[in-house]
Amino acid sequence: MTAESSFSLLGILTAQDISFVHTFEHPGMSEFIDASAGGVMVMGGIIVIALLTYYRGWHALWCDWLTSVDHKKVGIMYIVVAFVMLARAIIEGVLMRYQQSIAVNDPGILSPDHFGQLFSTHGSIMIFFVAMPFVTGMMNYIMPQQIGARDVSFPLLNAISLWLTAAGAALVMISLVVGKFSTGGWTAYPPYTGIEFSPGEGVDYWIWSISLASIGSTLTGLNFATTIYKNRAPGMTLFRMPLFCWTSLCTSILMIFAMAPLTIATLMLALDRYAGFHFFTNDLGGNMMNYANLFWLFGHPEVYILILPAFGVFSEVISTFSGKTIYGYKSLVIATMSIAVLSFTVWLHHFFTMGQGANVNVIFGIATMLIGVPTGVKVYDWLLTMVRGRIRLTTAMLFSVMFLVTFVIGGLTGVILANPPVDFAVHNSLFLVAHFHNMVIPGVLFGMIAGYQFWFPKAFGFRLAERWGKVSFWCWSFGFYLTFMPLYVLGLMGAMRRTVEWFRPEYLGWLQVSFVGALLLFSGFLFLCVQLVVSIRQRDQRRVPAGDPWDGRSLEWSNSSPPPEYNFAVIPDVTGQDAFTRIKQQGQAYASPIAYEDIVVPKNSIVAPVIGIAAIMFGFALVWHIWWLVVFSFVCMWGAVIARSFVTETERVIPASKVRADHEAWLQQVRECATTPREQENTSVNVGRAEVLT
Amino acid sequence: MKRQPLLHPGLNLGSTDEYSHDVSEPIIFGFWVFLMADLVLFAILFATYASMSVQGQAGGPTPIDVFDLPSAFIETMLLLTSSITFGMASLALKYKADSLHLVFWLVLTFCLGAGFIGMELRDFWVMIQQGAVPQRSGFLSSFFLLVATHGIHVTAGLFWMLVLLLQLRVFGRTTEVKLRLMRLALFWHMLDIVWVCIFTFVYLFGVAQ
Ligand code: HEM
Ligand SMILES: [Cu+2]
Repeated sequence: MTAESSFSLLGILTAQDISFVHTFEHPGMSEFIDASAGGVMVMGGIIVIALLTYYRGWHALWCDWLTSVDHKKVGIMYIVVAFVMLARAIIEGVLMRYQQSIAVNDPGILSPDHFGQLFSTHGSIMIFFVAMPFVTGMMNYIMPQQIGARDVSFPLLNAISLWLTAAGAALVMISLVVGKFSTGGWTAYPPYTGIEFSPGEGVDYWIWSISLASIGSTLTGLNFATTIYKNRAPGMTLFRMPLFCWTSLCTSILMIFAMAPLTIATLMLALDRYAGFHFFTNDLGGNMMNYANLFWLFGHPEVYILILPAFGVFSEVISTFSGKTIYGYKSLVIATMSIAVLSFTVWLHHFFTMGQGANVNVIFGIATMLIGVPTGVKVYDWLLTMVRGRIRLTTAMLFSVMFLVTFVIGGLTGVILANPPVDFAVHNSLFLVAHFHNMVIPGVLFGMIAGYQFWFPKAFGFRLAERWGKVSFWCWSFGFYLTFMPLYVLGLMGAMRRTVEWFRPEYLGWLQVSFVGALLLFSGFLFLCVQLVVSIRQRDQRRVPAGDPWDGRSLEWSNSSPPPEYNFAVIPDVTGQDAFTRIKQQGQAYASPIAYEDIVVPKNSIVAPVIGIAAIMFGFALVWHIWWLVVFSFVCMWGAVIARSFVTETERVIPASKVRADHEAWLQQVRECATTPREQENTSVNVGRAEVLT
Repeated sequence: MKRQPLLHPGLNLGSTDEYSHDVSEPIIFGFWVFLMADLVLFAILFATYASMSVQGQAGGPTPIDVFDLPSAFIETMLLLTSSITFGMASLALKYKADSLHLVFWLVLTFCLGAGFIGMELRDFWVMIQQGAVPQRSGFLSSFFLLVATHGIHVTAGLFWMLVLLLQLRVFGRTTEVKLRLMRLALFWHMLDIVWVCIFTFVYLFGVAQ
């Protein structure tokens, strides 16, 4: 227990904890970098505030976005969080690669402690605040539209999930300026992260930011699963759902089951640290092996939580840009489900070396290799979807194809690692770092970028600039291979992960190549930003008001771009797989519905932002032992929930006449649009009405 | 979605009150899913306890030394009875037109639940007096976490009950309030099941060893 006897309004927070003050008092390269990062963040914040004030954007931001419970806006906000955090985490990755590339028999520019914070924040951010929000945002935006629903089952809960995740992200950002972050890696293994070896606020920042995010994800999971089970349009049977919905369903189920172990593990770690409990301590009956088990009981399903939605995106992208129904739909569904189930049976492969004996290791090794089977099925299905398709190599498609190639390589190294004897040799080496980046970058990141390219016109009403997208694509691809292939070699040469300084000169060349690759990856990200800016500038030539720029196959393409807040003026009737393609082929697309009805939509609510802001205060107060604020923010959060339960007017009715007027106006506009043949998809001819081939 | 002839046990909606029936479907289903997630949490706490109850004693007190079985038995009875009374409340919600019965059973449930919490706190206090604090050993850490997590759930349920009693007063028996009562009922019964497991695996097994 930290002996904090003197009472202070700010807990244990002092001026020296502010990174600028700290750097001023102890100048040095490492501190300077730390302070600059903090400075950039603060400046960024100030610029955003200034711009909002200058353009009088506060009102719109608050009323149209922050208090919104519309699943589409919530989804977009998730993705914005993911992009902001991605910028930080990539820069950290590049910085680490730079440090390692110069630190051969040389201390380099980063102190060991700073380097430790970098890999901890990089890993934690990438997993919890880039990949998770990106995936969740994507599911939020697309899934309800694909099943023909007007929203998720619990819109307010959805917004609360977003705000809890954002609160976690905010805590990690705050740690840049106030105090330090953990140096315990994204896994935060005790006893190192116990109070004895890691006193101070770092690990506490990790604990509370991760806890908030994990609670948010649990709520997302139950919300989405309920939505898929209960909110489908008439005729949308489970086996008619687009694959993205299937993968969303499996991800949601995984979230429901897999987040609890993490929540409990962080809670127990917190009890050890704050209250002197003995869950994971060295003495008095603590057992840190339990932590490893709990963490990976979450951690392995987590990688499937991340990758399954990306698989869903690839299925949609590949089938759309091949102009074909997905090959082997049922096998893909079964494979997805098998992966979801198997993902709970392999967690132990993350610590083969911890001494549980050969037989146990073998069982988990075999289980791990088994996962390769359904994944292989998927790869073949995707390949066969492309066979004899009319393939268009758009940016989204390029990312998908590159995923196929690269992911297979990563999968192979995964099977290698699944052999316990091999794993003993390369455990915790750069070989492992190469392996998991080889899965998450093509798998998760490429998937999300592909989805972003694919659905952007749906969300914002105009296409992204393909040229810059392709430039970015090549940077990401070459960057990936240059950065991570050398790490396989280094790992086999014995280089361990999380190392701040090397003493073997033969590493140098490989590390330098890897650094160049990291720069390419970073430029890939920059070109995505360029693409966005350019596309916004040229938005008038790129508009797709008719809403179907790619000859899409599922229901989300049947409404306008951007869609109305109620998604569908009239809930569609589904008669089979590839619902929208069917409607188009039967010549029923854009037909006026027979009748309109009033539509009930949820009203905006301040509850989610209140809970989010209180959650930030709650986490911050716990980190700094500001007990009065802990109590206050806790009461705020639950007070908001209880107060909300007394609000009866939570919904608003959009009258049928208004729905009719808007929808008929749009239909009129669509009927006047020329149809686009696929060859001209990326020209200004494409206003979102696809030519229908029968 | 095609309307299946699927009624929710405990609510006589369906043909009589189609609106409530429709809104209740995702809500009650979603709550079941939530309960499942919550049970995963308890499952992990049980697993932790199982791995630490013997191996984590660290030479400190053992279960036999510190468990007060009669007291735990009375707690069990209190909580089980409260489940029955909540069941009566659900029946009152379903069959009685007035709120009087409902409120009566809810208040009785509340008292039993509060009695349970009071007894539990007393147990904790006695243990702490004996030096069996969670800081003493891994066994005690996991014991306190498991049992207190259940206790916190029950306490949350009590607060929830108060809020709903207030809402019954303010709004009467609207669909929303009914649905909330149904969810609280599910929550309460789940906690009962968890407690039965705690009583069996923690207290009885602990003393039997
Ligand atoms: C985009 C370019 C990326 C670069 C340049 C990069 C670079 C790095 C580096 C240098 C490390 C430290 C390796 C070591 O321990 O020696 C690392 C660790 C890690 N990275 Fe990345 N990475 C990138 C993307 C990602 C992505 C997309 C994810 C996940 C979605 C990710 C997740 C992780 C994790 C979990 C760790 C382990 C952190 C730890 O040791 O606890 N990275 N990365
Ligand atoms: Cu794994």
